Amino acid sequence: MDVGREKTNNARQAMRAWLFLFFVAGVFAVTALFSPAVASRALVSFGSLLTRIVPALALVFCLIFLANLFLERKWLAKYLGKTSGVRGWALAVMCGILSVGPLHAWYPLLGDLKAKGMSSALVATFLYARALKLPLLPLMVHYFGVEFTVTLSLCIITFSVLNGLLVRRIVA
Amino acid sequence: MEWRSKARQAASKTLATLAYTVPIVLGVLALASLLAAAVPPRVLSELLPMESALGPLFGAVLGSVAAGHPVTSYVLAGELNAAGASLATTTALIISWVTVGIIHLPAEAAILGTRFAIWRNAICFVLAIAMGCAVTFLMSLGP
Repeated sequence: MDVGREKTNNARQAMRAWLFLFFVAGVFAVTALFSPAVASRALVSFGSLLTRIVPALALVFCLIFLANLFLERKWLAKYLGKTSGVRGWALAVMCGILSVGPLHAWYPLLGDLKAKGMSSALVATFLYARALKLPLLPLMVHYFGVEFTVTLSLCIITFSVLNGLLVRRIVA
Repeated sequence: MEWRSKARQAASKTLATLAYTVPIVLGVLALASLLAAAVPPRVLSELLPMESALGPLFGAVLGSVAAGHPVTSYVLAGELNAAGASLATTTALIISWVTVGIIHLPAEAAILGTRFAIWRNAICFVLAIAMGCAVTFLMSLGP
């Protein structure tokens, strides 16, 4: 794609994104008009979500910058592309488990890597493997016991690959 | 010199990504907060028959529409378990909470593609129920 067309596409995407944000702000305003209590609760919750997402987003945008600077399509296709093999699956599962912050904070980086050649199946696997949250395991043990936590963790790893395979079969 | 130009190009690409992803993520966060304030997951769980045979399905539905920290899903699942919901139901709830995102769907579709987002969420929804059954089966094999 030539640079001019890419810039126009980016501008169009940005415009649509801002329109979406204005639309949501409108919904918020209408809710505040008819139900101030709900809007106020939502605002508090939004503030708390925002404080959680900002550090994760900052990390993600640093990673995007580094990916734009150092990652080459050839490298990405080899390690996370359609022909990356077992190494690609293992890398996607491992990165998914180790990734921190909310799910939506990772969309920009994954979108960027997908555009550079990361396979949809591995994107799906990464997103699924995020269900296994290492810092929350002690809490899960507290609520449901060791046996359940170990079983669920092993199932998440297995199902994350299964999810990737299904996405590859259906979407690709 | 060449390195500096490469860095400038990388920064410009990153800013372009930032310009269209940040408003989407903020919009989705605001929608999620609004929905959670209007219909809290706890209220939704009281409306759905979680103890019935279709519990895993309802657990997955609740987890899919809910938004918030995964810790909330553990607390809610613990309460449902104590109230008589099956292990399959609570597992489906916990898993769909983190893998399916109906509220995040617009952001996922805009950034990763509509077809990918819809199919990924649909597959994850079915897998959440399947995992509920798988975990229950595996736990029944234990001592």
